Amino acid sequence: MIQTRGERAFTVFSAVVMILLTVFAFLPFLLIVIASFTEETALIRNGYSFFPEHTSLEAYRYIKSSAYIFIRAYGVSFLVTILGTAIGLLITSMLAYPMSRSDFKYHNTLAFVVFFTMLFSGGIVPSYIMWTQYFHIKNTLWALILPNLLANGFNVLLVRNYFKNNVPLEIIEAAQIDGASELRTFFRIMLPLSMPVMATVGMFMGLAYWNDWINALYFVSKPQLYGIQNLLMQLMSNIQFLNSGQAGSVLGADTVSLPSTAVRMAMAVLGIVPVLFVLPFMQKYLTRGVVIGAVKG
Amino acid sequence: MTARRKSPSKPLKKTLPLLILAGPGLLYFLINSYFPMFGVFIAFKDVNYAKGIFGSDWIGFKNFTFLFQTSDAWIMTRNTLLYNLAFIALGTVVSIIIAILMSELLNKLYSKLFMTGLILPNLISMIVLSLLVFAFLNADSGFVNHSILRPLGLPEINWYSEAKYWPYLLVLIQIWKTAGYGSIVYFASIAGIDKSIYESAKIDGAGKLKQIRMITLPLLKPTIIVLVLMSMGRIFNSDFGLFYQVPMNSGALYSTTQTIDTYVYRALMQLNDIGMSAAAGLYQSLVGFALVLTVNAIVKKVNPENALF
Repeated sequence: MIQTRGERAFTVFSAVVMILLTVFAFLPFLLIVIASFTEETALIRNGYSFFPEHTSLEAYRYIKSSAYIFIRAYGVSFLVTILGTAIGLLITSMLAYPMSRSDFKYHNTLAFVVFFTMLFSGGIVPSYIMWTQYFHIKNTLWALILPNLLANGFNVLLVRNYFKNNVPLEIIEAAQIDGASELRTFFRIMLPLSMPVMATVGMFMGLAYWNDWINALYFVSKPQLYGIQNLLMQLMSNIQFLNSGQAGSVLGADTVSLPSTAVRMAMAVLGIVPVLFVLPFMQKYLTRGVVIGAVKG
Repeated sequence: MTARRKSPSKPLKKTLPLLILAGPGLLYFLINSYFPMFGVFIAFKDVNYAKGIFGSDWIGFKNFTFLFQTSDAWIMTRNTLLYNLAFIALGTVVSIIIAILMSELLNKLYSKLFMTGLILPNLISMIVLSLLVFAFLNADSGFVNHSILRPLGLPEINWYSEAKYWPYLLVLIQIWKTAGYGSIVYFASIAGIDKSIYESAKIDGAGKLKQIRMITLPLLKPTIIVLVLMSMGRIFNSDFGLFYQVPMNSGALYSTTQTIDTYVYRALMQLNDIGMSAAAGLYQSLVGFALVLTVNAIVKKVNPENALF
């Protein structure tokens, strides 16, 4: 590939601008990571800085001393994410499979039923009243799993399209001539052949569950059921919440020693870490899903 | 791609297993989406839990007349529309710029690295984002006041009580969060453009900028139009977290941060005004529905391939 001078200049220019943009995307993260390692007094005196005078592990030590609150919140988040994603993937793909079978009598009816949910919604009030008055999910783990996140039309149609376009009907027919039941065909042939789309949709669902805090905002008032996001939210408005859970804390404990700002930032770091951890592995599937979804939902 | 066949009528023995497979998912959609749809009548009732939802008194359009007599209705509608227009216009431009620059990088590894960095902001929760913003804006130790305004000798600003700054802040925050993610689609479209077109343009002596103007942008046009229209269909919806959590639910900022979604939440959960909340929610749903239908009709005219239905 021979480049003219103008082209080379443009390539260099794009690289520079891209680096700047990426730095711009990353800087705020860096700021809070550094802030979480900064001594509280320095934060109050000099504000946040990329080059703090005094570093300290105080915030993390503090978190360790109230470890069980954080471990519990992480536990709730992980449990909800894993349960929600597993159940969600199962019912999403089980629904997408009949929809993808053009020889199935009701495949278009099903598609319409799912599709219509993307166009019109009854709104939050009827939904809230239904979940609280009729299903009584307030302050249960189900409140974090069931409302809105378990399956959505977009994901079902994404999986349906994959089934339809990537697994020829002939394979299905051959299996059934050999005497495989629909269930067996689905679990033994369709699913194994569709791992990429499962990974994509699983990623979407997992992120949605991990980052969700709105269900808890509506349906949960017990701190024991807070996941990491809602614990963070609680701490933003009320950093003393940590003290209340400390073993051997006395009423009116010395609040000055509480590195509240640094602790908040340390919490945010803890909230991002799992996402950072998974991102490199899943980036391929994520981008693929975005492209497929956007071009033909 | 298998050719579509007419569905031959199959005996029940054939269809039942498939219906059973679809069952759990269907049940979920029925409960989560369709039951609340039938519940829209709540907006026409004076809800009283003691009498039950079905036993509460019908009050016709009273909730709506109340709602639209308040200035809230106008403010939240205006904010929702204007913010969305700003997000669509700026977001699209920034995303396209990122995609074009990214496609210039010849090294695959680099573009992967940049992509990862640029989509990260979109993968964090609104709670974490609000903390990031708090780190920049809080009055006591925020980065902007402390490390930018003070050294420059400018007066410090109380960000969380000054409504006038938030339109700019929220647009900036939203673009920071979503532009990288939004560029993925455009990047994929550019990657799909036949390289020989560029080669022949080069032979004709077209420089890089001219190639972008004459080849890349025109070929992106269908994608751009469809995506912009799609977002137009969602112009009545807003990201609740961005307008509620990022401004820290600060009452002083409502005039520029209240959207329909935040109003519905506050009316229901904080003011316990079920009627107002239900009315605002139904207003949002109906207008949203009309918008999606309109937009789809337009997309059908422009590019039938991409129409939703």
